[in-house]
Amino acid sequence: MRISVIITLKKDVLDPQGKVIHQTLEGMGFDDINEVRQGKYFEIDTKETDRNKAEAKVEEMCKKLLANLVIENYKIIDSK
Amino acid sequence: MKSSVITFPGSNCDRDIDVALKKFGFKNKMVWHADAEIPKSDLVVLPGGFSYGDYLRCGSMASKSKIMQSVINFANSGGMVIGICNGFQILVETGLVPGVLLRNKYLEFICKNVFIKINNKNNIYFKNIDNDVLEFHIAHNEGNYFCTNDQLKEIEDNEQVAINYCDKNGNIGEQFNPNGSIKNIAGILNKEKNVLGMMPHPERMIDPSLSGEDGSLFFSNLINNLK
Amino acid sequence: MIVNEQIAIEHGLKNDEYKKICELLNRTPNITELGIFSAMWNEHCSYKSSKLHLKKLPTKGKQVIQGPGENAGVIDIGDNDAIVFKIESHNHPSFIEPYQGAATGVGGIMRDVFTMGARPIANLNSIHFGSPQNKRTKNLLRGVVNGIGGYGNCMGVPTIAGQTSFDSSYNGNILVNAMTLGLVKKNKIFYSKAAGLNKPVIYVGSKTGRDGIHGASMASASFDDKIEEKKPTVQVGDPFTEKLLLEACLELMAGDSIIAIQDMGAAGLTSSSIEMASKGNLGIEINLNKVPCRETKMTPYEIMLSESQERMLIILENGKEDQAKKIFDKWNLDFAVIGKTTKSKKIELYFNEEQVANIPVNTLVENSPMYDRKWKKIKLPKKNKIKKEDLKNLKIISVLKKILSNPNICSKEWIWQQYDHTVMGDTIQKPGGDSGVVRVHGTNKAVAASVDSSAVYCWAHPLTGGKQIVCESFRNLISVGAKPIAITNCLNFGSPENEENMGEFVECIQGIGEAAEYLKYPVVSGNVSFYNQTKNEGIKPTPSIGGVGLIKDYKKMITMDFKEIDNIVLVIGKTEGHIDQSVFARNILDEKNGPPPEINLFNEKNNGETLLKLIDNNLIKSAHDVSLGGIITAIAKMCIKGNKGINVKKPKYLINEMEYLFAEDQGRYIIEINKKDFKKVTDILNKNAVHFDDLGSIKEKELYINDKTKVTIDELRSSNKKWLEEYMSK
Repeated sequence: MRISVIITLKKDVLDPQGKVIHQTLEGMGFDDINEVRQGKYFEIDTKETDRNKAEAKVEEMCKKLLANLVIENYKIIDSK
Repeated sequence: MKSSVITFPGSNCDRDIDVALKKFGFKNKMVWHADAEIPKSDLVVLPGGFSYGDYLRCGSMASKSKIMQSVINFANSGGMVIGICNGFQILVETGLVPGVLLRNKYLEFICKNVFIKINNKNNIYFKNIDNDVLEFHIAHNEGNYFCTNDQLKEIEDNEQVAINYCDKNGNIGEQFNPNGSIKNIAGILNKEKNVLGMMPHPERMIDPSLSGEDGSLFFSNLINNLK
Repeated sequence: MIVNEQIAIEHGLKNDEYKKICELLNRTPNITELGIFSAMWNEHCSYKSSKLHLKKLPTKGKQVIQGPGENAGVIDIGDNDAIVFKIESHNHPSFIEPYQGAATGVGGIMRDVFTMGARPIANLNSIHFGSPQNKRTKNLLRGVVNGIGGYGNCMGVPTIAGQTSFDSSYNGNILVNAMTLGLVKKNKIFYSKAAGLNKPVIYVGSKTGRDGIHGASMASASFDDKIEEKKPTVQVGDPFTEKLLLEACLELMAGDSIIAIQDMGAAGLTSSSIEMASKGNLGIEINLNKVPCRETKMTPYEIMLSESQERMLIILENGKEDQAKKIFDKWNLDFAVIGKTTKSKKIELYFNEEQVANIPVNTLVENSPMYDRKWKKIKLPKKNKIKKEDLKNLKIISVLKKILSNPNICSKEWIWQQYDHTVMGDTIQKPGGDSGVVRVHGTNKAVAASVDSSAVYCWAHPLTGGKQIVCESFRNLISVGAKPIAITNCLNFGSPENEENMGEFVECIQGIGEAAEYLKYPVVSGNVSFYNQTKNEGIKPTPSIGGVGLIKDYKKMITMDFKEIDNIVLVIGKTEGHIDQSVFARNILDEKNGPPPEINLFNEKNNGETLLKLIDNNLIKSAHDVSLGGIITAIAKMCIKGNKGINVKKPKYLINEMEYLFAEDQGRYIIEINKKDFKKVTDILNKNAVHFDDLGSIKEKELYINDKTKVTIDELRSSNKKWLEEYMSK
């Protein structure tokens, strides 16, 4: 299975990078932006063939390593 | 000789390079990133630091700032431009020099003295320097120079590699390379040799009380070459 | 929400504290007001358990411009130059999220310094971790180092010195203490005292989010098993915005529009506005709808208690708003007029045109609780008798190698190489020496700074330990040729509600005070961090002392590397053979009891001042103070740094060779002098009644002891260097 996960900052957590990217885009003329939030994207190719099991494994990986749950959320967006 | 140093939001070696340029005889002006035009200059320096916090990719947002169009025009018309550390990162983002700068191989910020070997003295920056090996100082997180094989061939064919990491005797090798850069590259030139990007900070080596004095050799040679 | 006792207790207030609030207000507070009281009255902001004792510290001196009570202390270094400095803890947040905790700690202390108008010129830190075998230690260390570097490097301020130690008492509570020095012109120092009526109150910097709500309360409670639940209160640092804020503030400060300025640190807008009003004996009125917010629907409670970073509160002269706004616009920072000063002597907050808080300022500050906590005196432990047969089987060289690779003594290069220590182009002594030294830009002067702590000594006997750290700080400055001027202290302890922990606090303070008084080395700033404990287990008492000194001519600075073959090496100060609590006793003999080495303040002062005289006369080639691991460890480090050897000869004392070489008696320095200066130097030492022993002369590449045992310097270097590198790469 190939599982895709995105990691994003939690809603109320400051995203310094997103803020500056927003300002720069505005400076370049993209002036109708409300907000920019930056995240991370992972593709994990696993030997597991059962979708539920694979997703559960990846979820565990997110909790233990990929995401910093103090400030980030994770979401599996695709499994195939 | 007139020089201009561009200050971006987050630049933090702008004062250091200003001190160095003035010490070796340049009339230096500080230029704000939001200005439209650089003043008349013999040399433009993009200083080290963390422009825009190194967010997104190092140098990416600074390369889009207003002053950069003027710097690009200046470089394209043959003007001399040096990018040091973050300045080098900005130069690669503008495309004035080829390649990219990746995160250091060991994933750590590294601040220490290194030796570099001058690979090519056939340019205004290193022409007439007696030494082949200089001791410089580095302080960076993303100095791992990388380019495609095609680009590398072109760079080498055009003698664009300016300096490589080496030991104190000038032996180039991976064990002396602090960041994993391809071919141990520490600095490169553009095709026309008027634009230089390098990771080491010569401006931190201009006084016997500091980390060393080889930066003095670089700057005094540079102004002599320009005269 | 109707406030009651239960809600007050959930805010960390005690029953009687809540009762007192109701009495002072003559009514029940609303939730916003309760939040404000809980923030102002917690240990972190109110110093309620420590105030009584902190008063005993000497805080005045000829060179002191500002002592404790402001954002940071200020000392005079001549020629209209002043140094602003302070150390502060960020222990609890760093344990929860090491990267952000450490980063925002560094950001906070730099703000304290530039709030006073000073450009930060050097950072230092003192970090303490649990046992290296503890499974969390490695990740915490990595996170903290990355966080300190991530913030300091981006700000472009060199990190010039620090201290790292490991002890199992920090397993559940690491310590992260960050210190910053700033340079300012004496006539351009800014304070936080409000003045004048109807002056605009300005908010600048980042927007306010829900970060760290009740962070200050978190720092005033011990950890329990529910630590995970405390996570959402961690703030995220944005060093880029802070760099802009620094430049914008300094630009505004170059003019004359600021009346008062205060950074928003712990308890954010609450403590900053109240402190300014309280110092100026004024009231402040704020319209919370004007506060720039990052999130929608933030409540007055959240706005007042948010600990979003990189924010400042300024009171401006009337009519200067536009001029100030221009500067903050240029730097792309938020700027808002959020209120004004009033004569009411109250904090009055409005939200959606309704009054949401109305509290007399003095109830929050002067009437805050103050406790005379019970404390227990700690007796001086009995000395151990070392059995000769315990020493017989030990080989000096292998003991030395073991000590050099001890986690608390080994080289910390892996750490400080990740900190930019050379930016700003004035670092003339890098980390790894006795003190870091930076030049005062554009002058011949230099400022030396170090940070020290000796938790083991403080644990064994807090009174002696307290004195010892001040003396060690004094010695570290003198070893580089600096005249010590003043200190800042970060007092990290367990729970003040525990009599033993409180006793450690009281007696450490007494020791610090006695030594600071005697050495004319006053305390000008600092902070207290209590409740460094998990369940019932507190840390070893760990006051960190940051010392600052001046070198008038930077060319006279001394480093510790041995310089030249055939030069003579002396140890200044008497070696009595004190082994108890030494690294040798604890790690080689496995003896953890006994008293720490005694402190003789007269000798400390006399030995130090005499060494400064020798340095001033250009008679010293290298110097290093003798601390952990004794004479031979100090010498080994000087050999490693200078890549030179030595033939050490133990003088004909009555004490055993091992005791002579590894004892941790205080007040001692190793110095290197030229042969031809031997008489001159020893005459000065004799004239000043300073004891010294001749230890031998410098050789090539090998360390000999009494001509018989030897080891190469390369071997010593690898023992000293490899422990941390290997530990972190596993």
